Amino acid sequence: MLFARRQMLVATTAATTAALFAPRIAFAKAATDRRLVFVIQRGAADGLATLAPTGDPAYAALRGDLAADLIDRPKLGGMFALHPALTQLSGMYSAKQALFAHAVASPYRDRSHFDGQNVLETGGALPYDRQDGWMNRLLALLPADSARGLAVSATIPTALRGPVQVASYAPSALPDASADLLQRVSSLYADDPQLHGLWEEALQTRAMASGFDAAGAKGGAAAGKLIASLMAGEQGARVVMVETTGWDTHAGQRGRLNAQLTGLDALLAALRDNLGPAWSDTLVVVATEFGRTAAVNGTGGTDHGTGSLAMLAGGTVLGGRILSDWPGLAPASLYENRDLKPTTSLDALIGGAVAAHFTLDPAIAVPRLFPGSSSGNLSGLIRG
Amino acid sequence: MASSARALNRFGLGAALGDAPPSDPKLWLSAQLDQFNPRPAAIAGVLPSGKLIEMLRDSREERKELKAEAKQAGTDPKDMKQKGKQAGMPGPYADLREAYVAAVGARTAVALSTQTPFAERLVHFWSNHFAVSVDKIVTVGLAGAFEFEAIRPHVMGTFAELLSAAERHPAMLLYLDQAQSVGPGSSLGARAAQRGKERGLNENLAREIMELHTLGVRSGYSQADVTEFARALTGWTVGGLAKQPILQGPGPQYWFAAPIHEPGTRTVMGKSYSQPGEGQAQAILNALAVHPATARHLATKLARHFAADDPPPALVARLEQAFLQSQGDLPTVYRALIEAPEVWSGPPKFRTPWEWTIAALRATGIKAVPGKSAAGAFQQLGQPVWKPGSPAGYDDIAASWAGPDAVYRRVELAQRIAERSAQSIDARTLGPALFPGSLSPATTTAMTRAESGPQALALLLASPEMMRR
Repeated sequence: MLFARRQMLVATTAATTAALFAPRIAFAKAATDRRLVFVIQRGAADGLATLAPTGDPAYAALRGDLAADLIDRPKLGGMFALHPALTQLSGMYSAKQALFAHAVASPYRDRSHFDGQNVLETGGALPYDRQDGWMNRLLALLPADSARGLAVSATIPTALRGPVQVASYAPSALPDASADLLQRVSSLYADDPQLHGLWEEALQTRAMASGFDAAGAKGGAAAGKLIASLMAGEQGARVVMVETTGWDTHAGQRGRLNAQLTGLDALLAALRDNLGPAWSDTLVVVATEFGRTAAVNGTGGTDHGTGSLAMLAGGTVLGGRILSDWPGLAPASLYENRDLKPTTSLDALIGGAVAAHFTLDPAIAVPRLFPGSSSGNLSGLIRG
Repeated sequence: MASSARALNRFGLGAALGDAPPSDPKLWLSAQLDQFNPRPAAIAGVLPSGKLIEMLRDSREERKELKAEAKQAGTDPKDMKQKGKQAGMPGPYADLREAYVAAVGARTAVALSTQTPFAERLVHFWSNHFAVSVDKIVTVGLAGAFEFEAIRPHVMGTFAELLSAAERHPAMLLYLDQAQSVGPGSSLGARAAQRGKERGLNENLAREIMELHTLGVRSGYSQADVTEFARALTGWTVGGLAKQPILQGPGPQYWFAAPIHEPGTRTVMGKSYSQPGEGQAQAILNALAVHPATARHLATKLARHFAADDPPPALVARLEQAFLQSQGDLPTVYRALIEAPEVWSGPPKFRTPWEWTIAALRATGIKAVPGKSAAGAFQQLGQPVWKPGSPAGYDDIAASWAGPDAVYRRVELAQRIAERSAQSIDARTLGPALFPGSLSPATTTAMTRAESGPQALALLLASPEMMRR
């Protein structure tokens, strides 16, 4: 599982200057210990294989060989089987720390990865409707002393872009630059509005991440450990985005998805184990831009679809449940005769969970985060 | 208006050590369109795709054997592979990874030594437009061959020629799953269905051609158009890889496999295509290549690359016209770029990691870098060569590249390049040669006050001027 690179547009602003003038409405007065990690699955992850509706009478026939790993698995809630690679997540579900929401979708109803990701990350109704991301707008709602955003990548993904300055970090194998050179670069960039802000942010994040062994940063477990280290302590990040790629399984899906989910499972477990007590204050949201076709295609894979799966995990999640107004997989129930029909708003799910997690008033916060959504918010996702 | 600094940095790849600034910037650029060498010496030794496909076939077989042996021995295939490595066997795909590293070295050497840097920038632009990302194992070996065989020979031709070469190249057919797409009503598809085996359509390439390579997303085509185009494309495949003898074709190269082509007339965007066989998808491609939506899409991308992240509408309109009036003649479009005041004025563009590294190496007179070092450096800077992770390619705006950690890494690498460069480079004279007439007082001061020659050079390579073009 790899960290992804950016796909999308947005003109960069002089971030530090803009942040000074950005209106900051602190809904929560005191600093928060709550932590949010948003794991985006870029490439349209197959929800129908991750949490398979094996109890649906149409499932086995639609999926052919792809159903083989799933069809005999124990059913959760009488309908769904969790993919066998997700052993740790299964444990979280049993411990009531994981919740699955099925047949979800953002407001986007077409099949371009890049447009779909833009809608999911900006929270707009249409692709490129907005330039800032919902996570950056979330930071603006948090008390200033807790509004520390972090992208676990060299650059900032769309969901975190906006007027509030955020950090970015990814392990580097390059030799450290000398302290003297760093200082000289600081003065060289002093009058450059763009580079000055980026540079100061980079120096601060470097100072925080010291001690991490970058050489071992391979696989989901190492990624989870790294992310946990960046979130640890009083000054650790509170709103973190992690990008995963490789979910676009048009061909040979069985083996590839197994590897992808193994990586995701290891990442979530490493987050839990390395956050320690802070896990009880943590919410992890895992979501993708859209789902994949209900039927297997001609090449042992699936093509771009619509409805998919989203997952919530962490100590604050009211878990051990599957949230689904199941539309069914019979031909007449499919969206445009090919895809899982969305019955739950992904925006309402993320918005409702995030607002409750940070004790923000959902009636005010959710329309800020997801102005493109008209579906309100879901309640009862987070422990009260 | 036309400054040599803009010609060198925005159009070109940055001045090379010792080069005199062009006296007539526009003439310098337009002459490169004729002088461009599609096959320079540095890529002559790179393996051709025919050889790479054979290596791919062998690696697939080797992996299968490894799995079978492991099963028989009751061990994990990974342990088996590890054992093989200890015994001096590199394992499947090792030679293809080597080919990737060699191709990265060749691409870098061309960019560092070229006398036609504007033309080379266009190669990089089109290669990224038709991205075949090496995060899929089938493209690891072939990505370099794709750029050298499908892109380079056609960047000075028409867009239709470039498009056709790109879509037919084995790297593209394998990357976007076209090679295995089977028409359900084709002779082979129907026979497989009779035996209860599912072999069928894969619409990945058809969709990405419309969305990314030609028309652009949301430009009026429908899901039905994508599916029809996918049916027309069945049969466009790669020989020498399939299990069935009937699909072996004439060997390891593109070929049209009639037994998997979906018969019948296709309708795409309201136009019907009744050509039999291979010509059907080609006719659709030809129509897409000169479609007004394609002209708009390509004009927007070129304007974004050469003028500004938010492309100036007037420039987009002029490029679009140049494209349509010339039926997609690419040099005509490039000449419109050279004449565009929007490219010679306005704020600079933020350099991508590729652009910054190439500019820094050219500035210090380096003409080639070992493939392994080059591949490693681009990986560390966040832009591994031919690995954008998606068929959309790397994007072309500052917001994607101007991250805190990304800038920090450039500074780290600037120090390393400067330390390795000969003490003989005087950054104080190099600076004005790289940015004639436009070096800032802050950079000049920083270099003057530096504690050593290498430190002055590191500061020049990390300077705000160098970060942009």
